[in-house]
Order: sequence, then structure tokens, then C-alpha cells
Amino acid sequence: MLRLDLDTSKVDLCHALAESIARKVNEELSGRSTVTIERTVARLFGVEGVSPSGVPLANVLVDHLVSLGKVEDGVAIHLANACAVLDLSPQDVAAKVAAKEVDLGSLPWRGAEECRAKAKELTCAALAKIQARREEREELLEAYPVHGRPWLYVIVATGDIYEDIAQARMAAQQGADVIAVIRSTGQSLLDYVPHGVTREGYGGTYATQDNFRLMRAALDEESKRLGRYVRLVNYSSGLCMPEIAAMGALERVDLMLNDAMYGILFRDINAERTLIDQRFSRMINAYAGIIINTGEDNYLTTVDALSSGHSVVASQFINYHFAHLSGLKDGQIGLGHAFEIDPNIEDSFLLELASALLVRELFPSCPVKFMPPTVHKTGDIFFAHALDASFNLVSVITGQSIHLVGMLTEAVHTPLLQDRYASIRAAAYARTAARHLGQDLSLEKGGKIERRAGEVLDKALSLLKDVEAKGLFRALEEGVFAGIRRKREGGKGLEGVFTKSPAYYNPVEEGLKRELGI
Amino acid sequence: MCRGVRFRLPLRFIGVKDMGPDKVRDDSKYKDRAAGRDKDRVKDRDEDRAEDKGAQGAERFILPYGDHRGDGVVQISFTLPLPHGPLGDEAARQVMRQMALTDPQVAVSVSLGENYTFYVGYGKLSRPVDTAKLKVARPLWDKIEPVQVEQMVRERLGRPIIVVGAATGSDAHTVGLDAILNYKGFAGDHGLEAYSCFKVVNMGSQVPNEELVARAKQEKADAILVSQVVTQGNVHLANLTNLSELLEAEGWRDRVVLVAGGPRITHALALELGFDAGFGAMTRPQDVASYLAQEVLRRKSLY
Repeated sequence: MLRLDLDTSKVDLCHALAESIARKVNEELSGRSTVTIERTVARLFGVEGVSPSGVPLANVLVDHLVSLGKVEDGVAIHLANACAVLDLSPQDVAAKVAAKEVDLGSLPWRGAEECRAKAKELTCAALAKIQARREEREELLEAYPVHGRPWLYVIVATGDIYEDIAQARMAAQQGADVIAVIRSTGQSLLDYVPHGVTREGYGGTYATQDNFRLMRAALDEESKRLGRYVRLVNYSSGLCMPEIAAMGALERVDLMLNDAMYGILFRDINAERTLIDQRFSRMINAYAGIIINTGEDNYLTTVDALSSGHSVVASQFINYHFAHLSGLKDGQIGLGHAFEIDPNIEDSFLLELASALLVRELFPSCPVKFMPPTVHKTGDIFFAHALDASFNLVSVITGQSIHLVGMLTEAVHTPLLQDRYASIRAAAYARTAARHLGQDLSLEKGGKIERRAGEVLDKALSLLKDVEAKGLFRALEEGVFAGIRRKREGGKGLEGVFTKSPAYYNPVEEGLKRELGI
Repeated sequence: MCRGVRFRLPLRFIGVKDMGPDKVRDDSKYKDRAAGRDKDRVKDRDEDRAEDKGAQGAERFILPYGDHRGDGVVQISFTLPLPHGPLGDEAARQVMRQMALTDPQVAVSVSLGENYTFYVGYGKLSRPVDTAKLKVARPLWDKIEPVQVEQMVRERLGRPIIVVGAATGSDAHTVGLDAILNYKGFAGDHGLEAYSCFKVVNMGSQVPNEELVARAKQEKADAILVSQVVTQGNVHLANLTNLSELLEAEGWRDRVVLVAGGPRITHALALELGFDAGFGAMTRPQDVASYLAQEVLRRKSLY
């Protein structure tokens, strides 16, 4: 069997350092919350839809509390108070706030005890809904088991959810196990979640709860037809990371792109905002049984895969421990990495094999996600297809769990129907043809592959030591990851971060922590 | 998984006569030249070339080359919203005929599901391209070696050229921009950051045009580089036009070299949108470096 001879004491040390890095950040930020976390609580209490002027009611409600200077207490107790005083549901309270018929600042106060009790009641109902969806998934997986490994993952990105659905059905029929609906470009920077069924987007389709519902229903039909559960992916990322986690939990999205640092690095979202939001969003994902995907593969689009491979590994350790601290189990942590070494380099295939095997062995119980080459695809679709064939083979023989199917037309356009077909066919071929090859091969002791993996691990360890010593915020300021520098007070969304008052109460977080045992 | 795959014999074994309308063939002006295989015709074309300076040494009348000169063979693949079957195959051949291809052959047709079918086809183009009549929008610069670029700027300008770059609007893709600007570059060709004669400010993705203009003014930029990758609904066109208009309104348009880049950008398109140059697919950092050095120096009458 293909196995690296890794120094386990170094691996243990990496884990210890990464856990310390993540813990320090969580402790430092534990006194703060964000507007999107509060909107998530409101959504989970049943606030949905938009005001007559098109603003999501969750935003209306939280903005109202911000203007009253009450958001620091959290949305839960104020909403619970209003429900008790007015004898209305959270949805009706929000609608009345939007219509300016209710001012949460001038309602009589029922007292902390009664409000907390009411909020807990609403929380129980919300968690029960999420749990029901989780159990539903478990039942469907039993009825329609997925046998192929790695799962073949493809994207659809038309901007029109109905067009996406047709393409997703086709992809499923062609053999795809996982369908990701790429989000409209720029949604990550919206400080609200768009509402309704959408038929227009740029470079992708808006992530809305209605779109989730439509796509999940279509894939459920396909799952039944094919006898194989087809998983759905969306993005719990950007300025509304936890809100989208909640929407995904309620609509049985199966995987979420959800990274502790991606937004900071690649979307210039404020570091504190992202790190606070990721913690809460991951608790929801954990409870919903969602598999998260991290985005380390993106590092290799801005820095060289050969010289910076260790930054991917170091970041995976950090992402892993942030995830763990939020209650995600190993089986839910889909760490990302990619096949991006310059194909003109001699033995690039061996080097890719070393990296893929390293990640697989460092996180043996995690559903690691392997991303295809993109940087060295130039529009030569025939070479791109050949390069993907190598990627497919490495993925299969190193036992990757989630295989993002590479497209021959990468760098030209979003995949055409035929591109997706050709790519799925090639990946499915490798999966069948080389199914047990990894089991039958072994590595030369001290050979090129083993040496490369050892080198990357050593460099990752020394990078983690460095980050642990200076703290994650300073490391981000110095551009340790992806060569991108981000100031702690810079970036978008800092205005949505606030310090919790002594009266702050978030029953959803409390409930999730209890359920998850964290 | 993929139902209904039908393989066809290789082209050369198929003697199917094209039954469809073929108006192009009737275009008698080109009829003789399309024959191609005839050696005498090659001579004819050599004479044409000699007469025409626009063709610049290349053969004047040309056809796609499959496996011999003048065969006009084109390989094509596409999807039709039709179920897999004889009707779809015939529709696929008709698609090729309407593209002015003769002898259209469907090499393979595969059901993609949901009543969509994928075709790989071959056909022949009979009407040659007259290269003498082509207009090629080519930016007016020479590609020069990085060492020479450095030397030229150092000696003639005496300071680095200041370049501000961004992927603007909602575009989150920085692959192209980074390939041109970052030290690492692309395909072994280092980006502008690797040159001591460029001072690079890479603003990254999703930068509003207003912010880009403000930064360019603040940095006293000599050049602005804009990358647009996502082109759905032609959003990139509006974005680029807006930028050149914004610079115009601010009275800064003439003070900077304005460059657009991206897989769908061409030099002609860039000029149309009010830019100075456009760089499309297959651009290397060295192309942009060469252009910027020459254009900035030219504007100061130093080149």
C-alpha cells in the first residue's frame, strides 16, 4: 500500500501548535459577536422573507436593534420579549418592525428570566428542525448509498437556478456524486443574503434559501432515480457565513465551503469578523451534519505550489483545529488541497503524488478534498485534459475523498455541458481503472516522493511554530498565507463586529455547544 | 452512466455525400483555389502572395490543414438540445452545413441526459481565407527582453514606471492579474514586480472603479491595468467603459496608459472601449512589460 514513513512526533507537534493558535484566537474574540450572527439567530427563530422594500427581515430586525443601541445584548432576548409582550411569532414581530408598527425600544420589559425562557423555547424548536433534516439525510444515505470513492464533484454556474437544475440533473446522470452551485460573483461581500428564486447572476447563482430548496428537491429526485444520494454544495462564506450555514442546515445542503481564513485572504474581509463568524457557522454546520470544505487550494493560485506547498499544510492544521473547536468531527472536515505544480518541471507527477499522500495521511479520517489544476491551464483544452488525467490518477491512488473534477476548458469559460461530460467520464474512468492500484503499490524508502513529503512536513512545522509564537493576527499581517497581507483592523465588515454587553445572550450558541459537547 | 454512445468509422472510410445545401461552393470566385491538392494551384497562390504585400510572406489564400495541404478539415464539438438518435445526428450535420462545412460527419454522438446530446464532428471548409484582406489590430510595440526593458527605462526615464492594477467591479478572479503583476509571473515569465523598473500596486479583486481611480491618482500612476475575467452578460464591457469615462471625467485619462486584460479581451475591443491597449489569452508578462515601457517613454518623447 502507498504509505509515507512520516515522523509521528512531528505530526503531533503540528497538531499541538495549531490547536494552540486556534484556541488563542477563540479566547481573544470570545467577548465579541457580529451582526450576521445575530441575524442567524433571528432566522433560526423563524424570521424569513423581506420587507416591502426588499430588505431581508433579519437585517431589518438587527439594524433596528443597532439603531437602538441594543444589539450588544444579542437579538434573542429582545425578540423573545417582543414575542411575549405582543403574543406574536418572531416572523410577525419582524414584519411589524419593518412596517414601523413596533419599536423594540419602547416595549415593556418582561424581565431576563422570562425572556431567556422564551428564547430557549424558540431555540429548541430551531434545533429540532435542523436535527430532522440531518436525520432525513441519514435515512436517504441508507436508502441510496454512495459507493464510488472519491466522490466526483462538479460545479454548475449559470446564474439561473432552473438552468442549474437541468445541468445538475445531467451531471448526476453522467456520474457526479456532488453538485456545487457556484455563487454569483460578489455575493461574499454582501452584508445580507438575497431572497427568493433567482434567474440572473454573474459567474454563478445567488445563494438563497429558495434556490437551495429547489436544487435539493431536484437532486432528491435524481437520487431516487439513480439509487445513489447526490450531495449538494454551497458556500458558507463571506460576510453572511453563519446565516448561510443556517439556511443550508434547514434545506439539507450537504457540504459547505467554509474556511476560517479564506475570506480574510481572498475577499479582504476583516479578520476579526471572519474568525468570529467562522466559529459560530461551524457549530451550525457541525450540528447539521454538514461536511465543510476548506479553501487551501486557493493559496496555490497566488504562490508557487512547489515552494509554498507547506503553507497549505500549515493552514490545514489551523483550519482543522478551528473546526474541531466548533464541534466538527473528523468525518465532517474536508480539508482542501490542489494539484498545481508546474507540469513542465521534471517529476512534477511524483511531487504531486507526495503532496496528495501527505495530506491524506496527516488527516486520515477527514474527507479531504482534492482540487484540479487551474493555474497551468491556458486554454489548450487538449493538454488540459491530459493534465486532468494525471490529477485523476493521483487522486484515486492516494485515496482522496472528494474529487473536484477538473475541466478541460478551465481559463476559457464556465463549463459547457460537453466539458462537464468529458471531464466526468475521464475521472470515472480513472476511478474504475485504478481502483486498487494504491493498495498494490509501495514507495521506495528514502525515494523522491518520501523525501518531498518529509520536506513539506518539516517546513509546515516550522511555519506553525512561527505563527504560534507571533499569533495568527500578526502572521496574517505578514502575509504568511498565499503571500497576501491583511491588517487586523483592515478589510470589509469590521463595522458589523461588536463587544457583547454583560446581558448578552445567544441561546442558539449555548444550545449548540451543549448538543455538540464543546 | 452515459447511455447511448455510438461510434462511427474514421472519416476516411466514410464516403457519404453531403446532401445539404452548399451555397458557399457556388461562390465561384474561390472555387478553383479551394481544390488545394493540385500542385499547380500552389504555384498560383505563390504568385498571389508575391503581388500582395499585405500577406507579409505568408500564403495568401489559406484553408485549415487536417492531414494535407488544402483539405480544409475542421474538427468541431458541440451539444444540441435533442435526444440521442438519428434526428439529432442529422441536426448536427445540418449545424455543420450551416457553418459552411461540406461533407459533415458525426464521429460520435453521446447522450448527456435530459434530452441533450453531445457531438464530435468533422467537416471541410471549401472557401479559403484571403489573408490579404484581413485587418489585424495590433498594438504598436515590439516585444523586448526584460533586460532591455530595464535598461531602457533606467536610462531614459530615470525612475520606475508606476503601475496600479486591479480586477474591478464584482470580478473576484485575480489569476490573470496576478500572473502579469506578481513576481511569480506565468509560464516561467516573471511578472512586473520582478522588474526593478516597475513599481507595482496590485489592489486585488472586486475593486470599485472609483477606488482604482483614486488610488491611481494618489500613486501618480503612469499606467492602470484592469483585469476582467467574468464576462457573463457582458458585464465586463460596461465596467471597462465606466472606468475610461470616469478617468475622462476626472481629467486623468491622458495622464495614464490604460490597459485592459482578460481571456475575452482583444486589443481591438479595448480600443473600442476607450482603452490604450488590450491583452487577451496567451499574453505573457513580458508582453505587458514591453508595451508599458515603450508607451510610457513614447508619451514623454523618450522612445
